[in-house]
Formats: sequence, structure tokens, C-alpha cells
Amino acid sequence: MHFKPITTAIVLTIFATTASAAQTEPLKIGFMTTLTGPAASVGKHMQDGFNLYLKLNGNMLGGRDVKVITVDDELKPDVAVTRAQALIERYKVDFVTGIIFSNVLAAVLKPVTDSETFLISANAGPSIFAGKGCNPFFFNVSWQNDTVPEAMGVYLEEKGPRKIAVMAPNYQAGKDMIAGFKRYYKGEIVDEIYTQLNQLDFSAELARVAALKPEGLFAFMPGGMGVSLIKQYSQAGLAGTIPFYSVFVVDETTLPATKEAALGLLSTIQYAPTLENEANRIFAPAFEKEYGYVPSYYASQAYDAAQLIDSALKKTGGRTDDKALLRGALESGDFTSVRGDFRFNVNHFPIQDYYLVKAVRRADGMFHTDILEKVLDDHGDSYASECAMK
Amino acid sequence: MSYTLLAVQALNGLQFGVLLFLIASGLTLVFGVMNFLNLAHGALFMVGAYLAVFVYQQTGAFFLAVVLGLVAALIFALMIEVLVLRHFYRRDHLAQLLATFGLILILNDGSKAIWGSSPQSLPLPEILSGSVPLIDNLQYPLYRLIVIGVGLVVALFLYLIVQHTRFGMLVRAGAADSEMVSALGVDVRRLFMTVFAAGAVLAALAGILAAPLIAIEPGMGDNVLILAFVVIVIGGAGSIRGAFVAALLVGLVDTLGRSFVTDLFRVVLPPASANEVGPAIASILIYALMALVLVFRPAGLFPAPGRS
Repeated sequence: MHFKPITTAIVLTIFATTASAAQTEPLKIGFMTTLTGPAASVGKHMQDGFNLYLKLNGNMLGGRDVKVITVDDELKPDVAVTRAQALIERYKVDFVTGIIFSNVLAAVLKPVTDSETFLISANAGPSIFAGKGCNPFFFNVSWQNDTVPEAMGVYLEEKGPRKIAVMAPNYQAGKDMIAGFKRYYKGEIVDEIYTQLNQLDFSAELARVAALKPEGLFAFMPGGMGVSLIKQYSQAGLAGTIPFYSVFVVDETTLPATKEAALGLLSTIQYAPTLENEANRIFAPAFEKEYGYVPSYYASQAYDAAQLIDSALKKTGGRTDDKALLRGALESGDFTSVRGDFRFNVNHFPIQDYYLVKAVRRADGMFHTDILEKVLDDHGDSYASECAMK
Repeated sequence: MSYTLLAVQALNGLQFGVLLFLIASGLTLVFGVMNFLNLAHGALFMVGAYLAVFVYQQTGAFFLAVVLGLVAALIFALMIEVLVLRHFYRRDHLAQLLATFGLILILNDGSKAIWGSSPQSLPLPEILSGSVPLIDNLQYPLYRLIVIGVGLVVALFLYLIVQHTRFGMLVRAGAADSEMVSALGVDVRRLFMTVFAAGAVLAALAGILAAPLIAIEPGMGDNVLILAFVVIVIGGAGSIRGAFVAALLVGLVDTLGRSFVTDLFRVVLPPASANEVGPAIASILIYALMALVLVFRPAGLFPAPGRS
């Protein structure tokens, strides 16, 4: 067959345009988060974090225009499954990301990954998907649940008191947090107090703590429960006598409500808005300027999820159809995280640094968390060894 | 377990019970007198807290926030009574459920639209914070003592009104047989409106009293509503005395359960299993209590006359 050069040129042009047509079709991202109920403030932080990256980059990821379809999981696993199926079947999204709660993630992981859609958790990191249950289509850009209390366990084991009471709500994540804490803390645990989920009043538990007179209290109490706990802790006069250590209690989502009552309280986490690094020097000020409040680690994680997708698509030239190629690009985690050091473990969970942070008030009156010291360096979770990633 | 701890926990239970009484008394009046099922009663608890926070944010004065918050809540309650609820008094319970459930959704999302989804707070003024020594080495937060005091005063006040005034007589008569009351020429519409307003103010008062203790957030009334219904079922619908006894009972059982059930299990079980079983049992104690009451006294402990 002999094509005239001009015909060849035309044919090539047509191919080129169809190919670029496929490329210019917007990239569809399903953003699933909690926008109703007590956890809605966390959902807002995550949404704003993700949107900020798009805004700073002309609404493009990996050179493609982006269409974000935001859905509210209402913190109900059954609702989440229905909405996740809609994202996959009706909208045919290329990625599903967001996801705050472990129980929501547990419900949507199978339907999403079975359809060979990449699922990138920007918060939830339950142990079931970190070990034997690890999944080639699932990535986590925040932390494996256990690692954050592990950091507090390490800190208290090294520096802290020898007699500790621990407190958490009576559900899976609560027990995971206590288990993570106990993995590294070897001092005496004088009492394990499990409260009801969504309990409003902790007077009974705090009276117990006061009677036991431990040298410290370690608590995991997310959302509004944490706000109540901190206020009551200070009202009960315990703040001055028994040091309060916690994870997922004192952060930029709860500080606007707890204010002075939380000042000086210590937590461990992988990010704080004052972290000094190249990426965060862009992120934290831009976030405050855009939304008028201080970003939390939740916001930073969603921002990093957007960065991860961007970096992977840049490697694949914007293609999402070659799953193996895209997976490799995601696994390389080739972006500059706002938390500093970041790379993926074999189980697609982060290996990263964990810090001790303290709640402080800035000169302008805003409350935020500030880095005190690095507790764990390049720390991975303890389940990765059980993961045989296919 | 020491006696001091027991005493503190009893006070905690009393304080929780008093708060529950304020919420449940309004609900039981509205249900008992008007035979009106108001699911939005918990939302009024939330509205009270938010309105007080609103006044506080504008003025920075705590006591003003409490008073104006109550007044604003009263006006707000009268508004929804006139606009929505009074059109449902004659409808069946299902229609009332749907309408008031709709109100919950609107009020929850409305407060989210106005105040945002982050929890708000109402800080205590200096003179109300801190704790007081009761007996040697027993410290108790001053504000919680005040809550107990206010609750008991309100309970006494309600008792006097219901037992010793003409209005109270109508309320009692309405709870026993509301058709007969209207047949005797009482302006039932006005009676209903007053009862509803009183109930709403009591719920708002509970919300405002609780505001410095807990996180103020959309949906904060929903958990409280369930507890209020448990109190009413135990106490008997329409009975203030029933609501009082049941609220204190629920408050004490729940608080003492949360404090000591796990310890009791540790006597017979290894610590790990006790930690599993204890909190689970503690969380269902009040519902078990309710089930027991339903078995032996289906109309509640102190049913309104004519209802037992």
C-alpha cells in the first residue's frame, strides 16, 4: 500500500486528534467524604484541601481538566456503598478518594476496587487493608490507624509517666488506637475506659480518672466527643494535675471550639501547619488565604491525595486505561508531600515521620498545632509484612 | 471503689438526671396533654444552645446569653408552633412524626448553614468555673452543682404550677382526658400553645445549661431525644412527677453503670474480657430498665390518671 504523503499526514492528524480528544476529556474524580452530622467539619477540611490543589493548578491534574463529583457518605456504610456504586457505574470515575471513616472505607473498598478503579483514602487506614487484606487498587495517603497512637506510645515510653489511664470510644477504631498505643508503651496501664460512641458527658469517666490518680491520661476521642471531653477535663480541674495526651482530639477542626481549654495539650500526628518544608510553605499560607482558617492534617492529606493523582498521571501522560502503568506510577509516590518525607510501603500505606505537636495560640488569636519534636522517623505500620501485594 | 468516688458519681448521675428531666418534662407535657408526638423536641434543645452561643458571640456576656437565649428560643418555638405544628395537632401520629422529623432535618441543616459544621462553644465566666470542695478531698465542678440546683428549682416550680394553679389543673385534666377539657369550654388552642411554649423553653433551658459542658454542633439534640423518650416511657406519659423520678433514675443508672459495671465484671472475669463486656452492658442498662418497666408497669411508673 502506498499512501501519498498528504494522505498519510491527514490520517495521522485524524489519529492525533482522536487521541488528544480522549486526553482532553475531563478526568473524573469521585470525592467521597462526610458532609452531614458531627463529622461534617472534618469533611469540609478535606474538601477544601483537595480543591485548593486544583485551584492552584488551573483545575488540572496530570495535564487533564478535572471534574470532581463530591458525594456525602453521611457516615453510614450502607449509604456509602450506594453512592460509591453510582460513582463507578453512572459517572464512570477514574479515581475515588476522600473517605474519613474506617467503617465507610471497609464498606466501599470491595465495590470500588472490584471495578478496577483506584481508591485513594485520604484519611481512613484500618488494619484489615494493611496486612493480608492489602489491595493493588487501594492506596492510603494518611496513615495506618495504629501508627499515630504508636507514636504517642513511643513518646510516653521514652519521656513520660509510668502510670497511665487510657480512654476511647467502644468501637473498632477505639480499640485499634489503644492497641497501637500499647504496642510501644510498656508502663503500667491503670485503667482502660471504654465509653459509648457519641457520648456527651464524661463526668463519670473523669471522676474515675481523678480517683485513680494516674500520671497521665491517653485518650482517643474524635470530633465533637473530643471537644466535650477537653472542656470537661478542664472544668473538672484535672487539666492542672493529670497531663492529657491524645490522638485525633486536639486539632484545627476542634480548636475553634475548645479554644483555651486545649492550650498546651500534646498529640502525635504526621503533619502540623507550622511544618517547615518546601511544599508546606506553599500549602499552609495558600489554604488560609483561600478559606480563612488554619488547615488541619485532614486538609493536608486531601491536598496530598490530589498531588499523588497529579504526579501519577504526569508519569502516564494522562492515561488511566493502562491499570498496571497507572498503579506503578501511583506506587512511586513521586510528589513532594506537605508533611515532608513520604513514600509508599509494600502495602500502599505511607512510610513517614511522626511528630509530637502542641496546641498553641498565634499572635493573631487563631489556634493551631505546632511541632515540638520528631518522635518517629520513616515509620511504617506493623501489618505491611503480612501483605503479599499481587 | 471508695465512698468518695461513689458520692461523686452519684452527684454526676443526679446532674445528668436533672438535665434529662428538663428535656423530658416538656416532651411529656406536650405528648400527655396534647397527644402530640414532637420529635423536634431534641432540636429545640440544640436551638437553645445555639441561640445562647449567638448572643454570647455578639455581646461576650454569659448571663445575658442565658437570658436572651431563652427569650429567643421562646419566640422561635412560638413561631414554629404557629407556622407548622398547630396544623398537625388533629392529624394522626404518623403525620406528626413525619412533620416533626422534617423539622429536625431543617433545624439541623439550618444551624449548619448559619454556624458551620465545626462545633461551637459557650465558655463559662470565671466565677462559675473551677471546683468546690464538698467534704475532704472531694472536689466537684461548681457549674455542675449549679446545674443540679437550677434543675431542682425548676422541678419544684413545675410541681407547684401543675399541682396548685388553675393552669396546672387544666394541664392535668388535659393529660387525663383532653376531649372532655375542650367539651367544657376551655380554649384548647391557647392551652396547647402555652404547654408547647413551656415545653420548648424547658428544652432550650436544658440546651443552654448543657452548652458550656458539651460540644455544640448540628444534630446534638438527636441523642438527647432518645434518652428523653426512654425517660417518658419509664415515668409514664403526661406525668411531671413520673418524668422527674424516671429522669433521676436514668441519670443515676447510666452514670453508675458506666462507672462500676466494668469493675463488677473484673471480679468474675479476666480484665480483657471485662473490658469487652463491661462497657457493652453499661450502655444498655437504661434500655434494660425501660424494658423491665414496660413488662411490669406498661403505662410507666406514674401514669397520668385515666391512662393506666
